[in-house]
Amino acid sequence: MLNPKLKLNPKLFNQDVEQIPIRKGFGQGLLLAGEMDKNVVALCADLTESTQMHFFREKFSERFIEVGVAEQNLVTVASGMAAMGKIPFCSSYAMFSPGRNWEQIRTTIAYNDRPVKIVGSHAGISVGADGGTHQALEDIALMRVIPNMDVISPCDAIEAKKATVALVKTGKPAYLRLAREKTPTITTEETPFEIGKAEIYWIPDVGLAQVGIIVTGSLTYRAILAAKELEASERTQKIKTKVMNLSSIIPIDVEAIIALAKECKAIVTIEEHQVKGGMGSAVAEVLAQNYPVPIEFIGVHNSFGQSGTPDELIKHYKMEVSDIILAVEKVLKRKI
Amino acid sequence: MAFLSNEKIRGLQKTANLIRQSIIEMLVEAKSGHTAGPLGMTDVFTLFYFHILKHDPKNPFWEGRDRLVLSNGHICPVLYATMAHSGYFPVEELKTLRKFGTRLQGHPHREYLPFIENSSGPLGEGLSQAIGMALADKIDKKDKDRFIYCFMSDGELDEGNSWEAIMLAGKNKLRNLIAVVDRNNIQIDGYTEHIMPLEPLADKWQAFNWHVIEVGGHDFKALNEAVEEAQEIFEKPTVIIAHTIPGKGVKEFERDYKWHGISPNKEQGEMALKELRNKLRQVS
Repeated sequence: MLNPKLKLNPKLFNQDVEQIPIRKGFGQGLLLAGEMDKNVVALCADLTESTQMHFFREKFSERFIEVGVAEQNLVTVASGMAAMGKIPFCSSYAMFSPGRNWEQIRTTIAYNDRPVKIVGSHAGISVGADGGTHQALEDIALMRVIPNMDVISPCDAIEAKKATVALVKTGKPAYLRLAREKTPTITTEETPFEIGKAEIYWIPDVGLAQVGIIVTGSLTYRAILAAKELEASERTQKIKTKVMNLSSIIPIDVEAIIALAKECKAIVTIEEHQVKGGMGSAVAEVLAQNYPVPIEFIGVHNSFGQSGTPDELIKHYKMEVSDIILAVEKVLKRKI
Repeated sequence: MAFLSNEKIRGLQKTANLIRQSIIEMLVEAKSGHTAGPLGMTDVFTLFYFHILKHDPKNPFWEGRDRLVLSNGHICPVLYATMAHSGYFPVEELKTLRKFGTRLQGHPHREYLPFIENSSGPLGEGLSQAIGMALADKIDKKDKDRFIYCFMSDGELDEGNSWEAIMLAGKNKLRNLIAVVDRNNIQIDGYTEHIMPLEPLADKWQAFNWHVIEVGGHDFKALNEAVEEAQEIFEKPTVIIAHTIPGKGVKEFERDYKWHGISPNKEQGEMALKELRNKLRQVS
């Protein structure tokens, strides 16, 4: 069942569950951040509406900088603004920022220790029709490997809004990963969010979980649907799971991940990203050093994306609810 | 800006000579590093730190200071030597350049030396950061209180990032931004016009809506006048293209691109110091 302590959306399993693009939550969060702190500034590279910065631009035009299609300049100018006490949010598609400007981010933001927030929208294959050039599947890996960089990947629009506001106060560099498509709203305004803290969104009705599912970003909804089906279905022998939302990939909640592994002794990780180097790898690094258990990785396996509807692509790249169920069954068999 | 008297110019010449000596000493001791660029930019650095910049070496984090962004971090021996001679840290510390545990990293890192404005090394990124600072001051209505300076090389104008920055500064009419390009005509692989021609360089900047001043990079009076002119331009950012001689001050190093990325050995260093000391006697 949905963890009752977290005040998640009670209508989550309804047919007409509210669906909002995660990037829109960022747009609303940025507006709030701008109202909260006059030092918040926004920079964009010719994708203002796509990345939902237009709410901020309309209200705070004097604090909005349009740099044109120039992602290298986007982040380096942001670094300079941060040097003067500003808290810059700079957005583009994840494929271009941090895809194109990685070294600039490393040197002028992380190495230079400037509190710039890099916002990569349209991450993952659910970008859909635009095709492989626009589907960032490597950005988590690119960013989590840089020292001094937080990496946050919200599960829905409300969490994206909270994450945006929370990033204002961290005083350090961060990467915020957003998806383009409408995503069912899982959380509510009352659901807790804290950078560095993982939350268990789904728990068994009774007893201990047999498998721990760790998910980040827009696939969180599918992970919860899989957990519900696993527990209800006779065919799957009512497998009990817990679903952890690991929206804060860095800092990573080591204690919570170890606790989940100790309880379940088998883990499935799920992300709209290359399996190599992504969130699943981060979880594996934690467990290999602390509490090794079998892990199955759901994600894109060493290939690029392509055009299609988000649903077609999720199915083709084996990230559907049925694939999650298969992975849970598989890892259960591997349990020592 | 204060008047630059002939007497003051003589003082600057002496200081520049001592800074050049320090550069040679630190490079010999480090056994690696860049020689030509630092010697070529010594007069520009000396003029700024000892005459132009609004700064306080004893209070390096003073909020009201001008900002100087060094974009081509590989010429940091001249940055470190000039800062030491102007009182930021002991001149003796210069000998730790590039050694383990030093504040004077091979390329500048502000985690180690916090009173520099930026870490640098990878090329083509400094001007963007200076633009960010200038934009922040414009937002805060401080753009009449101080200037943001960016020292950059000609070679790094090969980088696309540089031109993205040049375009943005022109668009935003950043009057508080002054770039100084070290036009020494060399880069690692050879002469700039052979590797990747930059000319007509002044026309390019002009076409991007900058005010352009060309000046000799070793003439304190002309350099100072160029900065004064740049400060008076109200409508747009200014670039001062300073024509410098790479390796300036040591005949054997001058104008030869081979000295871009190497350091003198002990004998070459002694020869260079001897030449510089002779010149110092002439100035005195």
